[in-house]
Amino acid sequence: MYKIVKAECLADKIYLMDVEAPRIAKLCQPGEFLIVKMDQVGERIPLTICDYDREKGLVTIVFQIVGASTARMAELKEGDYFQDVVGPLGQPSEFVKEDIEEVKKRRYLFVAGGVGSAPVYPQVKWMKEHGIDVDVIEGSKTKDLLILEDELRAVAGNLYVTTDDGSYGRSGMVTKVIQDLVEQEGKHYDVCVAIGPMIMMKFVCKLTKELGIPTIVSLNPIMVDGTGMCGACRVSVGGEVKFACVDGPEFDGHLVDFDQAMKRQQMYKTEEGRAMLRLQEGKTHHGGCGHCGGDE
Amino acid sequence: MDMMKKVPIREQDPKVRATNFEEVCLGYNQEEAQAEAARCLNCKNARCVQGCPVSIDIPKFIQEVKEGKFEEASKTIAKSSALPAVCGRVCPQESQCEGKCVRGIKGEAVSIGKLERFVADWSRENGIVPEKPEKTNGHKVAVIGSGPAGLTCAGDLAKMGYEVTIFEALHEPGGVLIYGIPEFRLPKTRVVGPEIENVKKLGVKIETNVIIGKSVTIDQLMEDEGFEAVFIGSGAGLPKFMGIPGENANGVFSANEYLTRSNLMKAFRDDYDTPIFTGKKVAVVGGGNVAMDAARTALRLGAEVHIVYRRSEAELPARVEEVHHAKEEGVIFNLLTNPVEILTDENDWVKGMVVRKMELGEPDASGRRRPVEVPGSDYTMDVDTVIMSLGTSPNPLISSTTEGLETNRWKCIIADETNGKTTKEGVYAGGDAVTGAATVILAMEAGRAGARGIDEYLSGK
Repeated sequence: MYKIVKAECLADKIYLMDVEAPRIAKLCQPGEFLIVKMDQVGERIPLTICDYDREKGLVTIVFQIVGASTARMAELKEGDYFQDVVGPLGQPSEFVKEDIEEVKKRRYLFVAGGVGSAPVYPQVKWMKEHGIDVDVIEGSKTKDLLILEDELRAVAGNLYVTTDDGSYGRSGMVTKVIQDLVEQEGKHYDVCVAIGPMIMMKFVCKLTKELGIPTIVSLNPIMVDGTGMCGACRVSVGGEVKFACVDGPEFDGHLVDFDQAMKRQQMYKTEEGRAMLRLQEGKTHHGGCGHCGGDE
Repeated sequence: MDMMKKVPIREQDPKVRATNFEEVCLGYNQEEAQAEAARCLNCKNARCVQGCPVSIDIPKFIQEVKEGKFEEASKTIAKSSALPAVCGRVCPQESQCEGKCVRGIKGEAVSIGKLERFVADWSRENGIVPEKPEKTNGHKVAVIGSGPAGLTCAGDLAKMGYEVTIFEALHEPGGVLIYGIPEFRLPKTRVVGPEIENVKKLGVKIETNVIIGKSVTIDQLMEDEGFEAVFIGSGAGLPKFMGIPGENANGVFSANEYLTRSNLMKAFRDDYDTPIFTGKKVAVVGGGNVAMDAARTALRLGAEVHIVYRRSEAELPARVEEVHHAKEEGVIFNLLTNPVEILTDENDWVKGMVVRKMELGEPDASGRRRPVEVPGSDYTMDVDTVIMSLGTSPNPLISSTTEGLETNRWKCIIADETNGKTTKEGVYAGGDAVTGAATVILAMEAGRAGARGIDEYLSGK
């Protein structure tokens, strides 16, 4: 059992939790993820490690309610327990393994979209700890959904916040900010790291390819075990089949087949929708409206 | 009764069982078991024992069953096997103990597997538990993986007095017994759970959610956590795919994913959160036991199911009993057939599979006749789900994070067959991690050999 020592709602449907998991906290690196299973009947949900405290044996996770399982997880309070937490999983970010002098020579741009700010944070923090100032673009739909702004500001060289509706910071999508920084404000980047919704990463990669900036993305496909034994998370990268849980989750964004990855993410959409409706409406939902497929 | 024939075993009706996940085979009752035991000729030089990888004293336990001394029979088996309720159910007895039985020359072999199962089930129902050793010898041993190899190794070492901790990557112990073999062949709560409890009663600790190579390394276990020896029984869990076009489409699964969702995550039950996708028409590619398990699972979830296999029926690697059960339940066999492409619709969902007819050519190195393509024989099977069951290989995570642990070109850990000794001092290995995908009983035999090797190593230190 893994105790939740802090549970906080960061924004509408976005939650942060600090969980006791000493083995994971001791060894984890930026870029890696873990899997939680809340109770006996729960599913295994992969989440990027957002922060860690090696001394206290804590790891931080951030998640958004997207279906029945995450909705159930959001009900957990401080002092409750996850039945299972396993990790760290996946490969650490490339720069963690590289010669630090080489890393220091490069100009990095981090692009965080929505809840993707959570996995970006430990990477930027790692950079700061190694004396590297990086530029960070944080994008959100609206001001209300912006998370971890202060945390990111504390570790970033420059933080550029943008909202789709212009309610805070710059206005427009993250791609517009990248374009402005490079083309209007004369910035140069050697590497871009983009983490967020699949569609955002796809369009960032399309742009950075034009701009000639090598780009790393962190993929979030469907996973089951997260240890390489099932292939549920397989993705096409440069025409080769890779398992995101063991070969990734970070890949060269210019080689990822995003269209296929997005279609694979939809595989259980109907089942997830049904589970959500069961949770919200209990036995009252019989699918009679004909819109959702319902429960036969 | 006809002494040449086995006492028939009671099974669920095929039509009924094809719609549920209850155990197919109901097992012998006391009278049936004693009648079957009476068929044993109690050979002096028993060939059946030679056929058993862990050399259970088969004539002795069968005589005890015949005389109604079930507790004694249970103890006789326990001397050689830690998981009799499992092995009695899933061993390929026809090619092991029963394959050697003298009765089998003119008639049917004695039902050794079903008798072993009866004794194990009887012991559990009557609360017979293994005795915990009086005191430990103070030596700490780590076992990696809680499948059949790890459980056997841990159980044997605990009986010798070692302090054993098993590290398991998944959230439940049991390995393939939990995530791979379905409920209808091997009930989890009723059979696997209690057998694992028995290993714990010997004093073995099990720590789940620990991935060796990520959560902690072997070197750290030995240097920081005080383990003097390690046994690796991490199995061969990495699935293979064919590499044909369309294989990443929605509706294409590895058998491991399909079975893990159903068995470990209980996706077949409405009250569990994990979903499973079942189409209306499913093709399972492959002919091993895992293919049969995946096919029969899909069938129970309501699909029409086809086994697509490139050789003929005689070469099917699955157990005869499993093939027979699958056919009875309505699984359709498309033999001498090999997929060449998976067809998809505009949303990337499977809508069909192009297959090619095969014929058998000359025998290959393995002695099996090699399938040869028949030119111009392609046709399309109308399916919406494809389950790839082409075998598995060992996960390189442990070998790649352990200094000095050597593997061969198939990524299998190199280890001595007789004592499990690897190329790294104090580290032993066995089961599928060493041999590649094989059987439960061979993994148990390797676990036993590893325990012997570790005991020799630590008592000589």
